[in-house]
Amino acid sequence: MFELIQKLFGKEAQGSKNIAKERLRFVLVHDRVNVSPQYMEAIKDDMIKVISNYMDINENEMEVNLTRSNTQVALVANIPVNRMKRTNLPSE
Amino acid sequence: MGEVIVITSGKGGVGKTTTTANLGTGIALQGKKVVLVDADIGLRNLDVVMGLENRIVYDLVDVTEGNCRLKQALIRDKRYETLYLLPAAQTRDKNAVSPDQMQQLCKDLAEEFDYVIIDCPAGIEQGFKNAIAGADRAIIVTTPEVSAVRDADRIIGLLESEGKHNPRLIINRIRPLMVKKGDMMDIDDIIEILAVDLIGIIPEDEYIVISTNRGEPAVANNSAMASTAYRNIVRRVMGENVPLMTFETNESLWGKFKKVLGF
Repeated sequence: MFELIQKLFGKEAQGSKNIAKERLRFVLVHDRVNVSPQYMEAIKDDMIKVISNYMDINENEMEVNLTRSNTQVALVANIPVNRMKRTNLPSE
Repeated sequence: MGEVIVITSGKGGVGKTTTTANLGTGIALQGKKVVLVDADIGLRNLDVVMGLENRIVYDLVDVTEGNCRLKQALIRDKRYETLYLLPAAQTRDKNAVSPDQMQQLCKDLAEEFDYVIIDCPAGIEQGFKNAIAGADRAIIVTTPEVSAVRDADRIIGLLESEGKHNPRLIINRIRPLMVKKGDMMDIDDIIEILAVDLIGIIPEDEYIVISTNRGEPAVANNSAMASTAYRNIVRRVMGENVPLMTFETNESLWGKFKKVLGF
């Protein structure tokens, strides 16, 4: 009954466009994942740069991938660590 | 040297051909020399939308295969002094032309014309690759629907990987009342998702159907909303700064009543 009243006065209408936007956003993350290997390489290179400030890593064995499930897309990185760089710990 | 602009979308039925016809006619009405190229080989339609279907002798494939000279295949639109059409072949398929041939063709046309406007086929295969090969810039047509926006995004990615940067976007068939009700994605929503620059918006308008029935581009002679919208885009394509049109939605009496009541 309450719903009906809401409907009558148009309050329920958050509008289907928000559903459209949300679905599009998600589907485009999936679509864009396929776009280019160079893109993934660029991410990988930047990650190496940052992480190398803190530890020695095995760049050859490093894996960076986008994985997808039904509900989300995740960036998964598997980075073998050779040695920690104790001296470069950020001091605050 | 003229400018080569490809009109593309990914999805079919969003208004590429109508947009090509109206932009081309609109630019010609500004006194510029324009040629429209139908790159949809095997499914030609720009000729009927332009009302020039009875005047075709040679087509694009005849030109690339050397069966005729380029000038012989160009149809001059008698209504607009500076407007020409290069029709697609109807009995061939998209593999009858290569990207290299299209590049050469565009180059030749750009020497003669101020604007070369290419109507790209739907899809992302050979026909698409041919159509964009010789283009200096791209205009993407989409509608406020999930499927059309998704395909537009794909096209933007493909254009990027072919070195065609900064495409411009036309959002076609907007229904202001539905937007107002929150039942249709708005301009800002789509721009935010696609992250490209807008070059124009076109409201859904019955006059487009009528003008297509007649084979007379809407941009030429009407006060219809879509005609004005196309004229605005024409000016922007030619480098002018024109503000986006706003739609007045005739609010219902009940709507006003609700507002007064504070709902």
